[in-house]
Amino acid sequence: MKEIHYKDIVEEVAGMCQRANYNLGDDVYSAFKKALSSERSETGKEVLAQLIENADIAQAEQVPMCQDTGTAVFIVELGQDCHVTGGLLVNAINEGVAKGYGEGYLRNSMIYNPLNRKNTGNNTPAIVHIELVEGDQMVLHMTAKGGGAENMSALKMLKPSDGIEGVKEYILSVVKVAGPNACPPLIVGIGIGGNFERCAYLAKKSLFRPIGIRHPDPDVAALEEELIASINRLGIGPQGMGGSTTALDVKVEAESCHIAALPVAVNLNCHASRHQTAVL
Amino acid sequence: MVQKKVTLPLTEEDIESLKAGDRVLLSGIVYTARDAAHKRMAEQERQGIPLPFEVSGQVIYYTGPTPAKPGEVIGSAGPTTSGRMDLYTPALLEKGLKGMIGKGYRSDEVKEAIKKNRAVYFGAVGGAAALISRSIKSVEVIAYDDLGPEAIRKMAIVDFPVFVINDAHGGDIYQEGVEKYREQ
Repeated sequence: MKEIHYKDIVEEVAGMCQRANYNLGDDVYSAFKKALSSERSETGKEVLAQLIENADIAQAEQVPMCQDTGTAVFIVELGQDCHVTGGLLVNAINEGVAKGYGEGYLRNSMIYNPLNRKNTGNNTPAIVHIELVEGDQMVLHMTAKGGGAENMSALKMLKPSDGIEGVKEYILSVVKVAGPNACPPLIVGIGIGGNFERCAYLAKKSLFRPIGIRHPDPDVAALEEELIASINRLGIGPQGMGGSTTALDVKVEAESCHIAALPVAVNLNCHASRHQTAVL
Repeated sequence: MVQKKVTLPLTEEDIESLKAGDRVLLSGIVYTARDAAHKRMAEQERQGIPLPFEVSGQVIYYTGPTPAKPGEVIGSAGPTTSGRMDLYTPALLEKGLKGMIGKGYRSDEVKEAIKKNRAVYFGAVGGAAALISRSIKSVEVIAYDDLGPEAIRKMAIVDFPVFVINDAHGGDIYQEGVEKYREQ
């Protein structure tokens, strides 16, 4: 059985939080460049040009690309032959987040309690999802998820009779309502199936797949392609001021569900789609 | 694309000439305030306590910056979603607030109050915070220091890049832009 020490997790997580916030991924950067050449609106082009310049500055100066440095969300693929020593895994992740955000001059956006709204002062707690897998490795996937796009995300329990057309209609309605608020161009994460909470998780998980990588199931991949095209016909455009680039990508994850159910969750991500992966 | 340069405070002439969709570089003084600062200002107003700055004629920037690295004026400071301040905005416009910088939709009440009180709602590019910070030349926390990133800051800005979203004539680039590019 492989052993991974608490302190090594803390260090790795701290670095991930900083890298995610300073360095826009190549997938998003390339998507900006591609959108700049295809965007029809002059205002939209200007927005995209600012986003490219912003990513360059953030990377060169190692400063956050966005002042909303997000909620730190982790999906941990934990090999069942891997053992954490020296403390609890979730505590190690939280200590790493506190260290990374504190030392990295990142904003603390988390509050203790949604009703009294006092800041925790170190951007913890992180949201941690653990998936047990085969093997002895620990793979940490991290995203810094901004509040603006998260606020415009939504979930609906559709009826089976609503069918695929109902699913598509609902997804488009969520993107339309979000408009400029979710900071388009977006990455649209969609969960279909599971149950109420599993569906939301699937939508979040789908956002961890890099831009341009299609779902391995050809039917799901075709749905993703169709949704990209239909979302980009909505006219919302970069920052919602009109244009042909509303979504940089659409990700779908689908899973089994109850005979009575058709849950659909739409988790919107702003263009500052900040992801890191580390293998321990 | 035409780019106008405007020096703050906004004059009546500036406000009347600005149109939804205009690209503008703003220079001058703005005050930052977001959710918690707006809530506290409204509470203090109810208690008869004077607001931390004279709102009349001024521009509020909705932002909660990251901490400044040593030697820097400010961290990254892009706009946050303005709609969360809608509840408080009409009262501030009645008091003479002339401009707001943020991102995202305003309520019908805010848009009406913008027209009625002759003001402008500007949008900065959400997520372009590192770029935007280059236009911020000085920062001073003037109130509510305990709110951390949500404290009220007085900022001097130079050539701060924005677009006019809602103008004093009822123009709305979110509506007009989408209508122009919608294909279905």
